[in-house]
Amino acid sequence: MSAETIQSRRAWLLSDRPASRLQARLGRAYVSWRRFSANRLALVGMLIIIALVVVAAFADVLAPYSATVGDLKNARLLAPSAEHWFGTDDLGRDIYSRIVYGARWTLYVVILVAIIAAPIGLLVGTVAGYAGGWTDTILMRITDIFLAFPKLVLALAFVAALGPGIENAVLAIAITSWPPYARIARAETLTVRNSDYIKAVQLMGASPFRIVLRHIMPLCISSLIIRVTLDMAGIILTAAGLGFLGLGAQPPLPEWGAMIASGRRFILDQWWVAAAPGAAILIVSLGFNLLGDGLRDALDPRSGDQ
Amino acid sequence: MSDMLLEVDDLRVTFPTRTGLVQAVRGVSFSLGRERLGIVGESGSGKSQTGRAIMGLTPPQAEVSAKKLAFDGIDLLSVSPRQRRSLRGNRIAMILQDPKYSLDPVMTIGRQIVETLRTHEKVSKAEARERALAMLQAVQIRDPARVFDLYPHEVSGGMGQRAMIAMMLVTGPELMIADEPTSALDVTVQLDVLKILDKLVAERGMGLIFISHDLRLVSSFCDRVVVMYAGKVVEQIKASELRDAQHPYTRGLLNCMPRIGFERHPLPVLDRKPEWAA
Amino acid sequence: MSVADNQPATAGRGSDRAVAFASSIGRFLVIAVTTYLGLLAVTFFIGRVIPIDPVLAVLGDRAPTAVVERTRREMGLDLPWIEQFYIYVKSALRGDFGTSVLTTNPVMSDIRRVFPATIELATLGTLIGAIIGVPLGVLAAVKRGSLIDQIARIVGLIGYSVPIFWLGLLGLVLFYAKLQWIAFPARLDVVYEYTFTPITGFYLLDSAIQGQWDVFHDAWRHIVLPAALLGYLSLAYISRMTRSFMLNELAQEYIVAARAKGLSETRIIWGHALRNAAVPMVTVIALSYANLLEGSVLTETVFSWPGIGLYITNSLQNADMNAVLGGTIAIGSVFIAINLLSDLLYRLLDPRTKAG
Repeated sequence: MSAETIQSRRAWLLSDRPASRLQARLGRAYVSWRRFSANRLALVGMLIIIALVVVAAFADVLAPYSATVGDLKNARLLAPSAEHWFGTDDLGRDIYSRIVYGARWTLYVVILVAIIAAPIGLLVGTVAGYAGGWTDTILMRITDIFLAFPKLVLALAFVAALGPGIENAVLAIAITSWPPYARIARAETLTVRNSDYIKAVQLMGASPFRIVLRHIMPLCISSLIIRVTLDMAGIILTAAGLGFLGLGAQPPLPEWGAMIASGRRFILDQWWVAAAPGAAILIVSLGFNLLGDGLRDALDPRSGDQ
Repeated sequence: MSDMLLEVDDLRVTFPTRTGLVQAVRGVSFSLGRERLGIVGESGSGKSQTGRAIMGLTPPQAEVSAKKLAFDGIDLLSVSPRQRRSLRGNRIAMILQDPKYSLDPVMTIGRQIVETLRTHEKVSKAEARERALAMLQAVQIRDPARVFDLYPHEVSGGMGQRAMIAMMLVTGPELMIADEPTSALDVTVQLDVLKILDKLVAERGMGLIFISHDLRLVSSFCDRVVVMYAGKVVEQIKASELRDAQHPYTRGLLNCMPRIGFERHPLPVLDRKPEWAA
Repeated sequence: MSVADNQPATAGRGSDRAVAFASSIGRFLVIAVTTYLGLLAVTFFIGRVIPIDPVLAVLGDRAPTAVVERTRREMGLDLPWIEQFYIYVKSALRGDFGTSVLTTNPVMSDIRRVFPATIELATLGTLIGAIIGVPLGVLAAVKRGSLIDQIARIVGLIGYSVPIFWLGLLGLVLFYAKLQWIAFPARLDVVYEYTFTPITGFYLLDSAIQGQWDVFHDAWRHIVLPAALLGYLSLAYISRMTRSFMLNELAQEYIVAARAKGLSETRIIWGHALRNAAVPMVTVIALSYANLLEGSVLTETVFSWPGIGLYITNSLQNADMNAVLGGTIAIGSVFIAINLLSDLLYRLLDPRTKAG
């Protein structure tokens, strides 16, 4: 592609008078992307998350050994070597392979929590914001009550009652993480509720249900995505904490938090058993934090330097 | 020479931006004795940046240069930051636009006045308090002792601006830069505040630079007027001779003023020609 | 000069202020009560509604039938839910959370015994976090984009991303096993466990009061690493928020005015900008303290620190639901109290909100 065509494409994208909706949208996306990609740390974050997804998708190819069955006779608690990059654990399993497969469980947790918690928050927030009055007061009081709780301890109690397991851990985390989304969705709803185009839709006889669903919810999505991305690290850390306490994923699942817990017994002599999964958690959380920061700065310039 | 309070020759203020260097002030020159000089221009004309450059309050990334920028014979661009600071608030003072934002919201008005004084003069707390109260009296606040202990949000805009004037005048500066001192105020109190400012400036024989977008206000208030456009001085003229201004931009500004009894159709629009900025 | 202008804006509004104050106190009470009831409703839900048989959840499935039946009646499980909840709230307000299966003590007396250890740890952690975090955040904001800003940013990001229990384990390997700078995971050496009599339950304080400096030194060697870890978490949060508040304040007009007054940068930053930022900072430090109470659950497990966190996790492992829920309510209550108090403090500190 010649420099000239690149130049003209850029001009087309940055045009002050977009000729079509598509051009306007692409132009906006391009501006956001330029702001985002100017932030090198955010790009690093994005690369980490892409790597996480790739590793999870191709775990079967990338992992040289089984994640659950080890060589108890010959390979117990081996130090890192060319054969076992991160060493082996007490059951003779290759830690590198377990971490590779563990990427799947990390993704499983964050995606499920996001899919459960974000829509709850969106629904509560938009309904409260649009309806106003008592509905608003009551819904927001409930939200604030949940916000005032200690999240980890509450998740702990939930899992204690539901029984340990990764599904219950997901559920417990989701139950405790929707309130901030409700707050955000409500704030966004309040800013558009009285705008002229919502009035126009009302005049055309749209039902409140349709207005909230088709005209208000889509506007809340972008700030919600930023917030969910920023929360991902916290979700991963909570899930790992539950796993560490034996309340999340159960053996022999290669969940990183649980792997640290099983490595704890050998920490003083075979430190690598716990070190590698912890480093994996750190890197992935860091990735989500960097990405979230970058997204916020790119999509929401108002809060630029928070 | 000695009666020249401030000399500005070819002052330039340049800001680096993402798209290159932007000159906000492009070669402004004027001089000032113990008189009242008005600087008039639209927003973005560089009038505020001129004032801030004299104060030494331009943002750190901006670059200030001039053939000469001297206050009472002191070369402002070559003195140490420390000396510069000892001039600020002591011999050169500045009044900002909106007392709602320019007074520290969590400090009482009295303490803010005392703070200026004790920064520049070694005075006891009791004496500082006395002088602050006297200053509040001088800006015609009737109950200085009460206002002394109030927080900025507890007073009206007009009173806040008088407190601001008191805060800046308490050290007895020789030059006062007033940057749109009444634009944020209610119309009914604008004139009161201006009168107080004018009286104090006259009594103390200070130099005043009055920065405003309001040519009428400036012309009725100042001895001389500098008209700025796009970072440059387009005309310098005595306020009394403003009616005979030559430059089309100044004439344009004058024509924008409404007069009673004249048909205003079509409404005059300001002419802006690129060659004035060249 | 208009008369109205010469009157302070708030003159003659004393009664308005009193009304506003009363209504804000009223609002405050409503929030406190509903939040606490919400907490109890959630723990009630967890303890009574989710388990298929709450009696088994409390007693375990090996209890004799007679005991099960008696407990069922004692717990009032034959009553309608709303009545059960009423009884539940009443006993919770009396501090009655039932008996722990594990320790056979009333849960409340267990909590009283273990809570000071957690408070000591979290307090020290918050102190560390605030003492380092506030200046770091201020410097990062003042020298924005500089090396120190970058360092503060990275330190903060890692603090937000690191699993604390893992960092604790690595810390033990390095400082306990390899360098032997600190003592093994516990609160005191066994030697002192029996000779030392606590007064307040905060061992550092107690040993200092009694002049037992050997005990103080030992307690210090035990607490320093877990406190430093919690301090790091709190530092990450506090420095980031401080930076953001300071950037906001430094962009205000009153900073320009302060410069125009000829104040030194030091005075402007610490005397004006930080004083203004201090108002929201109080909330941040309080929230950080509340978060550390929660973070103690994982930290205490790693360091065998006999506080509420270890109590909860031990009870969890033994399916001791009364203890788990009692501990949850205890942490939740303190958490809520701190939240509310920080809100009150905010109002007291900011002259602009005094009028309500």
